[in-house]
Amino acid sequence: MIDVLIIGGGIAGIETACSLQELGLETLIIEKEKQIGGHLNNWDTLFPTKRSASEILEYYTEQIRKKSITIYLNTTVTSIRKQDDGSFEVYTSREVSFKSKTVVMAHGFSLFNAQRKEEYGYKIYENVITSADLEQTFKQNNDVFVNPMGKIPERVAFIHCVGSRDEKSGNHYCSKVCCITAVKQAIKVKQLSPQTQVFCFYMDLRLYGRGFEEMYREAQEKWGVQFIRGRLSEVAENIDGSLQLKAEDTLAARPFKMSVDMLVLMVGFEANKSTALFHNSCGVACTESRFIQPRHHHLSANATNIDGLFTAGTSIAPLSVFDTLNHAKAAAFAIHSYITK
Amino acid sequence: MMKQFGYNSLKSRTIDYKNINTTLISYIIKNEPSFSSCISCGSCTATCSAANLTFFNIRRLNIQIRLGEFENIRQEIDKCMLCGKCLLVCPRGINTRNVIMLIKKGLVTFNLVE
Amino acid sequence: MNDLFIIAPFTIGLIILLGILIGKYVVWTIQLSQIDKLRILHGFFTVRTLRAIREIFWESLLHRNIWKTNPLLGYMHMSFALGWLLLIIVGHIEAYMQASSLSVSPWIPIFFRYFEHEHFYGARFFAHTMDVLLLYVLSGVVLAYGKRINSKLFGIKRTTKLKPKDRISLIALWSIFPLRLFAESATAALHGNGGFLTSGIVFRYLQVTPNIEYTLWVLYSCSLAIFFITLPFTRYMHIPTEVYYIFLKEYGIKLKKQFNSYSKIQVYSCSRCGICIDACQMHHAQISNNQSVYILKNIRDENLTDRKLYNCLLCGRCEDACPVNINLNDLRISQRIKSSKEYNSSYDFLEYSITEKADVVYFAGCMTHLTPGIKKSILTVLDTAGVNYLFLDKDKGACCGRPLMQAGQIEAAKKLIAYNRQQILESGAHTLLVSCPICYKVFRDDYELGQIDIRHHSEYFLELLHNQKITIRNTQKSIVYHDPCELGRGCKVYEQPRELLQSIGTLKKVKHEKVESLCCSGSLGDLSLSMVERNKIKEQTLEVLLKPNPDILATSCPLCKKTFVKGVDIQVKDIAELVAENIQSN
Repeated sequence: MIDVLIIGGGIAGIETACSLQELGLETLIIEKEKQIGGHLNNWDTLFPTKRSASEILEYYTEQIRKKSITIYLNTTVTSIRKQDDGSFEVYTSREVSFKSKTVVMAHGFSLFNAQRKEEYGYKIYENVITSADLEQTFKQNNDVFVNPMGKIPERVAFIHCVGSRDEKSGNHYCSKVCCITAVKQAIKVKQLSPQTQVFCFYMDLRLYGRGFEEMYREAQEKWGVQFIRGRLSEVAENIDGSLQLKAEDTLAARPFKMSVDMLVLMVGFEANKSTALFHNSCGVACTESRFIQPRHHHLSANATNIDGLFTAGTSIAPLSVFDTLNHAKAAAFAIHSYITK
Repeated sequence: MMKQFGYNSLKSRTIDYKNINTTLISYIIKNEPSFSSCISCGSCTATCSAANLTFFNIRRLNIQIRLGEFENIRQEIDKCMLCGKCLLVCPRGINTRNVIMLIKKGLVTFNLVE
Repeated sequence: MNDLFIIAPFTIGLIILLGILIGKYVVWTIQLSQIDKLRILHGFFTVRTLRAIREIFWESLLHRNIWKTNPLLGYMHMSFALGWLLLIIVGHIEAYMQASSLSVSPWIPIFFRYFEHEHFYGARFFAHTMDVLLLYVLSGVVLAYGKRINSKLFGIKRTTKLKPKDRISLIALWSIFPLRLFAESATAALHGNGGFLTSGIVFRYLQVTPNIEYTLWVLYSCSLAIFFITLPFTRYMHIPTEVYYIFLKEYGIKLKKQFNSYSKIQVYSCSRCGICIDACQMHHAQISNNQSVYILKNIRDENLTDRKLYNCLLCGRCEDACPVNINLNDLRISQRIKSSKEYNSSYDFLEYSITEKADVVYFAGCMTHLTPGIKKSILTVLDTAGVNYLFLDKDKGACCGRPLMQAGQIEAAKKLIAYNRQQILESGAHTLLVSCPICYKVFRDDYELGQIDIRHHSEYFLELLHNQKITIRNTQKSIVYHDPCELGRGCKVYEQPRELLQSIGTLKKVKHEKVESLCCSGSLGDLSLSMVERNKIKEQTLEVLLKPNPDILATSCPLCKKTFVKGVDIQVKDIAELVAENIQSN
């Protein structure tokens, strides 16, 4: 029997494993993809430092090698069952199951599928992309900035809160990272293409973290990014492929139309589908927004309603990389004291 | 007498939150509680067919009603076509069409405009 | 004993009843519009009258429609209606036979056993026949008791609540036949003139005196009287009114938008059978006070609240289920018109633009503008088929007016209709293409576009396919089709979308479809339903639609699509999108 089985080889899972290994516990990571790193693999830079995401991944790859942590790649956990002796039996897609004293659910989040917000035209209009698509673009090409039609855009609009704070998407919560991501990406667009005008359409700007407000000011002062307080309601396509936006400048109290060459949808977080699977197989408590419910918001944010079943990272709520890693480190301590008590 | 000295026309520009006429807002919220959850995002006004052609602005109506300012509401609200686009885009799920109906009914019931 | 106390209550009751009924019907008929009165005159000596009589036989007596929905309930209603009528008819024949004459006092057949103890030719036969009929009615009475105690036994989730006057009437009705049984049994015990039921069973162990017999007959007469006198003021008014309604309906009288005397006749034709309660999806959101039967009751009692009136999806499921064919949707709208009289509106800001000439005018409507996938698909198909079209509301368009109609703001709706109508007519098009069933309904019902063919895109694309203007690739995927309320029950378009979908994939059947299809819950007909309540209703609808495990959930309404897309993992597509995705240009 292993000490800790970790579901998910993203940064939360790896950080938990590394910390646990240092605490002298034996761990095993199960990752559904063919590589570790999760969503970070698709990300170019991180806020607020603008440092490359690959820097973090390289660090963890090195740690895994050093600490010789066992990882099962291309393996999906199908169910978790608690045994009479308090341990867990974890079933996977590989027709092998694992016995473990404790389990960490570090399976993370899913990005909101922007197609569900049909009025924004994602996958209908060519020049509508998501924030995740934009990171890919940045990753692939760091010299020039063009829209999907290959044109250097005159105007780009970033739409905040796509699939977040939206009852019509079924997600009433704030995804926390999109505001600052939009600011970061807006700056990057301006860096790559200074002549492009950049607009951010927001409902409320939530720049709460260390260094976020500074980045917001940088976007305004240094790069001339324009922030418009208004939620986009409709997008139509012009013959040339540019996009006609309909929104209200709520501070001016007037609706307006704007033509842009590219629209970036800041997609929010949604609970990973596996969460529902685990909820059904072992009865772990979930919140109304389908994320995992920690046992105590302040005092035991890693434990769940089931003894020995822990969480790390965005399986409990939208979190930044910064918060995810802290939550993961805390998970290691919580598990260590659970096993050694 | 006071009028002669022009006191009447010197209406203060500041909002007097203590003395707001809450008749209409209370009536609406009682019958359509979702009205209170507006965050003034403006998506309703942006999508509104009437708002794109006139001064009708359903988001601003919310604020005016909260402040108990009913001038022009009657004329503005007449432009609504009840098409329901605002209902579909509202991120807070406010039942905007019912709000419009309640404003119309409330203005008459409480005799708020002449 | 004084016979007067037996004869008088019944006779007085009957006279009062007939007086009130004749008075009411005369007033209602006078209040009908001139044209409707002419319709009655012209229809009276035609086959329509015979058709009405046939329908009365099927519906008012046999209650065929209730049988179809709920056999037990059908039996109950039938036993009362048919059983009682036969009791009256056979009772009269019996009286005539006994007197060997047609001139008998009108109360004789009613209290026959009390007055006539003499044996006549065929007396035994009549006694037994009348007992069979009485037993038949009594079986219905027993079921009615059962229904009050536990309506679930009848497959009815709820039953209507009663007011004091209804209760009196109900008790009177429920006592008529048991009292008759007891009274006849008492007479049979004294005079030996009963049939198999009345002659023995009840008073076998009880000594009957003439006093008991007399009292029972008086009570029987009184219960009849109470029922007759209360009838016009209770739901039992539906018994004569439904008959009258069937005639008027057959003569071609239609419900108007404004509430009038014909609307009143419809309101009074409701028997409160409760079938509409079960058809209503609102109970999934724990709403149980706004169903049509309650609304009609409130209209009669003049205590309808806005909250109830506006809380209805106008999906039309109750209307379809109604055994009396009352136009429940339009009746509700007529009440909304009444309630929203003071609402003004002004659309002077809509400017008449010079419309270009085209063969086909495409009107997307408000909802389609929020589903660009549908809009783009429609344009793709039109372009591929080489149609010469004009996109009427491409940039700034007015609403079609249907949402205002549904909200009862008919004068406002008329203004939008006038505006759009002129724009459409000016284009000189022969076809109006619509991609939203809500618009489609109002275009068909209220626009009076003359020679212009109005087509929903599912109809139009099927025509393009038939005319080989387009060809469609079959994806072999399994598809479930959701009938939008306004297109299906609203405009009776059921087959064209299905035929179109069959060329795209394999169509799977679901439990409730076509005329029985469920509402997605997104309907604009409802003005007060909250998001949470809508979601509850939607989940139930989705459960039915996703049961066959389809690859694609197809619909043909942008609002249905937008409503469903939030709740499912599989693809939700409009028929237009499926056509556009699989179109092959010729």
